[in-house]
Amino acid sequence: MTDTITMQVSRYRPEQETRPTVQEYEVPLRPDWAVLDGLNHIKDHQDGTLSYRWSCRMGICGSCGMTVNGEPKLTCAAFLTDYEPGPVRVEPLSNFPVIRDLVVEIGDFLRKLPKVLPWIVRDTEKPTSEGEYLQTPEEQDAYKQYSMCINCMLCYSACPVYGLDPHFIGPAVIALAQRYNLDSRDQGAADRLDLLTHPDGVWGCTFVGECTRACPKGVDPAGAIQRYKLTAAMQSIKAFLLPRGSR
Amino acid sequence: MVVTHDVVLVGGGAAGLRAAIAIAEAAPGLSVAIFSKVYPMRSHTVSAEGGAAGVIGPDDTLDEHIYDTISGSDWLGDQDAVEAFVAEAPDELLRLEHWGCPWSREPDGHIAVRSFGGMKRMRTWFAADKTGFHLLHTLFQTTLKYPEVARYDEWFVTRLLVEDGRVQGVVALELMSGRVEIIAARAVVLCTGGCGRVFPFTTNANIKTGDGMALAYRAGAPLKDMEFVQYHPTGLPFTGILITEAARSEGGWLINKDGYRYLQDYDLGQPEPTPVLRSMELGPRDRLSQAFVHEMEKGRTIDTPYGQVVHLDLRHLGARVIDTKLPFVRELCLNYQNIDPVTELVPVRPVVHYMMGGVHTDMHGATPIHGLYAAGEAACVSINGANRLGSNSLPECLVFGARAGRAAAEYAAAAAAPGSAVLAQASDEQRRLERDLLSRPAGPDRIAVIRAEMQQVMEASAGIYRDGDALAKGAEALRELQQRARSATLDDRSHTFNTELIAALELSNMLDVAEAIIVCALRREESRGAHQRTDFPVRDDDRFLAHSLVYRQPDGSCRVAYAPVTITRWPPGKRVYGR
Repeated sequence: MTDTITMQVSRYRPEQETRPTVQEYEVPLRPDWAVLDGLNHIKDHQDGTLSYRWSCRMGICGSCGMTVNGEPKLTCAAFLTDYEPGPVRVEPLSNFPVIRDLVVEIGDFLRKLPKVLPWIVRDTEKPTSEGEYLQTPEEQDAYKQYSMCINCMLCYSACPVYGLDPHFIGPAVIALAQRYNLDSRDQGAADRLDLLTHPDGVWGCTFVGECTRACPKGVDPAGAIQRYKLTAAMQSIKAFLLPRGSR
Repeated sequence: MVVTHDVVLVGGGAAGLRAAIAIAEAAPGLSVAIFSKVYPMRSHTVSAEGGAAGVIGPDDTLDEHIYDTISGSDWLGDQDAVEAFVAEAPDELLRLEHWGCPWSREPDGHIAVRSFGGMKRMRTWFAADKTGFHLLHTLFQTTLKYPEVARYDEWFVTRLLVEDGRVQGVVALELMSGRVEIIAARAVVLCTGGCGRVFPFTTNANIKTGDGMALAYRAGAPLKDMEFVQYHPTGLPFTGILITEAARSEGGWLINKDGYRYLQDYDLGQPEPTPVLRSMELGPRDRLSQAFVHEMEKGRTIDTPYGQVVHLDLRHLGARVIDTKLPFVRELCLNYQNIDPVTELVPVRPVVHYMMGGVHTDMHGATPIHGLYAAGEAACVSINGANRLGSNSLPECLVFGARAGRAAAEYAAAAAAPGSAVLAQASDEQRRLERDLLSRPAGPDRIAVIRAEMQQVMEASAGIYRDGDALAKGAEALRELQQRARSATLDDRSHTFNTELIAALELSNMLDVAEAIIVCALRREESRGAHQRTDFPVRDDDRFLAHSLVYRQPDGSCRVAYAPVTITRWPPGKRVYGR
């Protein structure tokens, strides 16, 4: 085993250059070092100008998503030894505007998310003095995996549709809409229907399934989308056949 | 052009988001804005695992939760604050349920609870072992319901603007553009969390650099009880990743190199095959971390490349319990330690986890500076005293986040508009950022070098056991580091997403907070809770049944004063566990 590994890091400094370049660094190759540890070693000891986001380094805050050797990864959970003998290529997430170096602009996701009403919608709220809404473990299982989304943007980076059409609302937003649609406490599915069945909603997805493969948390956005297409189809048949009150 | 908001919240974790919703509900006409140096769903609340305490079971009472919290605090918690906290926690947790938090359930659909360290009853609500993650995302998604809550994501607040004894705004830097803005405000609430990153080995995320504490301290507000630093007994070596206390409440054992459940030697009860509340592995965190040190001194720990460890044994729980109750523990162990807790022992060691101390506030989150509030780990009310009980911090964020939000809204509605005098202060700050930082000549030290030295100083002088000599040396070393930090080199001179500039500002915050910790620890000549002095090994209620308040003097030095602890119904007594 060699004791160092080469990292080829994508650089982009908009105040100095018009297009991204690649810079090479040698970092120690330690068995327990994640790609993020390599980046931190560069930042702390070699080059303070390298910019990237990170925080929890335990795979739950969703900050450190980057493209590692061509695949979207949480860099705190991708280990240098898995890329031996190197080089390890680190680039920003695809499909997003690059602000600088490895930092991408994710404002698009944050503008789309509220549109699917990602909160509990109810006709009437009961006061907390009346206790909890009962929900059995089975009812919870119906939406649980979709509640595991950490908003890391790996699925958007992997999604070929989003890459071509930035209007597509995208895998995580649809999964989060389904997280509430399938929650027994929620009554907002009808309110989410129009947006989800819009051409930029679920029908935009061509079911490539890259989102599900990229997800580091076992969420299945592709499954959420396919399942919702069925729901949406049923709704449109109902809308055609039934007067509004009975849908 | 100066941006104006009625209330500015600094920090978008559990406390900040809860405050935002409280303000939006209580005073929909007020303009409220969240400034966070990260997107709110990246906040460190996300890493909390085990649960949130709130009395719900028919066999539990508010008084029992109060007593557990007060005895856990080694009688340094303010009892009126603890009473209010315990009374309001269940309602706050139910509110989260109504907002969609996927709390784990009993088969009949009711909320499930688990046992937790130092708690005499099962009262810890949980969402498997990702409680903080679910709580944070539920709060964040619920705030999206309120379009009147403005968000400034990835803005770093560098200074509080205080004039005439009242806060009148903040100066903040937008990471994406590097522009520095003045934000005028009638009230400011600090919800920035803790400062675990002043230590080398911590569960805390990279962002936990004590920013709110430093902002308040420099603006003249005292920090309270800063010497009380919680070591969590079970962190993974190297990464410091937290293995939740829930692993022990579900039945995990702590064993030494001989396979012996060593806690029985430290007045924590006798080993039983199944968990016993307030006993052994379900003792309080301070006592368990201290027991580790004694075990190490006896040569009964295990030597690893990343220091001495003991083992957490979960094997007898089986895959089913681990996968339902502790799935994240298994995921973390597999991903980061390459071991499977179903079949292997988990190496663990004490790790810096939580600050009991923080910005001095009353029960409504108010600091001594008019219009300045604080809540969550950044604040010290104090309900946690000398040692916080596991699962009290998430409900603390909710109860006191809501309280501070309501109090700030009420204050802001009646407060005068910010005056123009603060503009001069604001331009000073803009100049400081441009001239002193971005245009600073290259100095002899890198930021990372000074930061690493600070962390070593803190571990050597303010660790689980402390003494006067080491603390005095630590104080001296920190003053030298503060000098060196002023001329540390910045490689990065650009305005666009300059993370090295942020690291320099964070380092400066951490050095101030670190000094506050050391100075308070040096002055407290007794041992209480998480503050253990080998040269003053017993609790001294005559001299130190009191909160430390550390003030920053105009010359940059520290002044320490003491304030009485509020006792209502529970006179100071002996902490008894395992009996």
